[in-house]
Amino acid sequence: MLPLDIAFWVMAAVGVATALAVVMEKDIFRAALFLVVSFLVVAGIFVLLNAEFLAMVQVLVYVGAISILIIFAIMLTRNAHEGNPFNSFQLPALVLSTMMLAAIAFVAVNTEWHDWDQLGLQVLPGDSGEVFSATEQGIKNVFGNTTQVIARLLMRDFVLPMEAASVVLLAAVIGALALVRENEGEA
Amino acid sequence: MTLHDLYLLSPELSLASLGMVVIILDMVLRRKGVLAAVSVVGLLAPLAFSISLWGDLSGEPDGQMVGIFNTLVVDKFSLFFKFLVMGIVALVVMSSVEYVSRLRQFQGEYYGLMLFSASGMMLLAATTDLISTYVALELTTLPLVALAAFLRDSRSTEAGIKFLLLSAMSSAVLLYGMTLTYGFTGTTQLVEIFERLGASLDATVPFGSHALFLGVIMIVAGFGFKIAAVPFQMWVPDVYEGAPTPITAYLSVASKAAGFAIILRVFYIGFGEISLDWAALFAVLSAVSMTVGNLVAIAQKNIKRMLAYSTIAHAGFLMVGVASIAARVPVGETTLGPSGVLFYLVAYAVTNLAAFFAIIAISNRTGSDMISSFAGMGRRAPFLAIILAFAIVSLLGIPPTAGFMGKLYMFSAAMKSDLAWLVVVGVVNSAISAYYYLKVIRVMYMVDPEGEEKIHVAYAPQAALYITALGILALGIFPGPLMTVAEKAVAVLFR
Repeated sequence: MLPLDIAFWVMAAVGVATALAVVMEKDIFRAALFLVVSFLVVAGIFVLLNAEFLAMVQVLVYVGAISILIIFAIMLTRNAHEGNPFNSFQLPALVLSTMMLAAIAFVAVNTEWHDWDQLGLQVLPGDSGEVFSATEQGIKNVFGNTTQVIARLLMRDFVLPMEAASVVLLAAVIGALALVRENEGEA
Repeated sequence: MTLHDLYLLSPELSLASLGMVVIILDMVLRRKGVLAAVSVVGLLAPLAFSISLWGDLSGEPDGQMVGIFNTLVVDKFSLFFKFLVMGIVALVVMSSVEYVSRLRQFQGEYYGLMLFSASGMMLLAATTDLISTYVALELTTLPLVALAAFLRDSRSTEAGIKFLLLSAMSSAVLLYGMTLTYGFTGTTQLVEIFERLGASLDATVPFGSHALFLGVIMIVAGFGFKIAAVPFQMWVPDVYEGAPTPITAYLSVASKAAGFAIILRVFYIGFGEISLDWAALFAVLSAVSMTVGNLVAIAQKNIKRMLAYSTIAHAGFLMVGVASIAARVPVGETTLGPSGVLFYLVAYAVTNLAAFFAIIAISNRTGSDMISSFAGMGRRAPFLAIILAFAIVSLLGIPPTAGFMGKLYMFSAAMKSDLAWLVVVGVVNSAISAYYYLKVIRVMYMVDPEGEEKIHVAYAPQAALYITALGILALGIFPGPLMTVAEKAVAVLFR
């Protein structure tokens, strides 16, 4: 077994275990802390996939910002000590998620995945190296410098959804402000 | 990005800018009544851009202009939906005037969020790439979530939270479906997905591959949420009941139209190779939606909840057209299914808006949404009652109304596509729906009113009522011109 394999399996196991803990843990504060670990492990898996930039963003945004926000929200909630409410849907939820897992596993194993050259992206110039198969070369080109490729995709190929996302954020901020307005005794 | 790209995007850009202008004006101006007028008049800008784009299309050999790195397309199909969305927004704003005047603050945000959502719908109809589709979908939905919770009473807040959670859930499912599709084809472009599927399908597996099987089902589930199809309809009754009534009207027609626009584009263009498989899926969903929607509607006592279930049933009728695909049609008439969907969407928009506008005007005075509170409206508000009755007749599908022509096109498309069983289900459902639709008319005309006070309507909502009622009548008597435009619009789906 390669060290990378060992690293993957350890992280996969920790990732699944912490994700389960987030759902099952009764203390909502501890659930949030497990969520932090789960986010970190996902960042680790991104590193294994050669997506270092994505891993960094994952740590900055999810581990750094979102987790802190969730923990703040919990600390500011009055009834936080009551914890995760247990309800009668636990068994159906378990059955449903097991079925979902089975379906996805079945699909992942049984599909004839195609090796689309270059993952649908153009090869960047100036990145020479050993000659692999076309697909491997494409992956190498793409992941040789993920930051550059992501920048290109975000600011060029997918600039429309990126800019549209900023309008989404604007609408979300305006909507949130309108909803937290002071009550002024409306009719 | 070139200047031409910006021109292609100009209807969406000007609409979103209009939203910002209205919000800024709200801070500056003291007289809030101006805001609605600005929102309606400002729509002339995107309208002018859209008309200009429509004119430019005649010079294009393949009837489309693609821009911004193949993520945006301007064709008659997307422009058709732009016109429809702008019309709906104008009418809903006009009908909101009285309703919104009750809010002392944040009137600008109310109109602004509505315009943002509309720009998302216009973008949704014009995207040719799954990532843009997803972002446009969020732009459509998120402002609507805030608007659903706008009243901030317990019902409205519950509506907002339910809408937010379930739409986040449906987005997750949709994204999972899209990633499976991306994993299998290696692209997010609809045209490339079509080309690559042609080369890589396995005929022995349903949908050509296991990944696509799961992916397509998840995409259908994600879009099914937006169009309120069974079994993804859980949010509809509570959100419709709790949201401000003009927003319910907007939600019921505009987001359904945008949802069907993207369903037609993604499935007819991207998944054209496996149309027989997904058409069967839509046929089943259609039958289930019609039946469940109509059966549950019978038991409703609140008119907004009743119309929520009627909306679910109409999503079922609309899916009849989606299921009537070209591959099932022997020769000719290939565009009848999708063009029927476009016609039905317009017919349903004018009909449902007329019904909701009358309800808004009546319940503004009575303060109740219960069907029983409509008693005697034939005497208290003869003008509103007759329009509501006319809209209900159209929802039911009796001539000479738009609803009748819509159902006629839908069922004849299904007959030509060898889906006779679906037509039978549809006709039986129309008969079932008569029970609860006619109940409203009976209460309005046969039951004695609770008070004698007459109900008056302001000018703007009155104008909106006239326009929608005329629309119902005009489409019922002269369906030809709109059908011709609809057929031109769907031509891009068949290439």
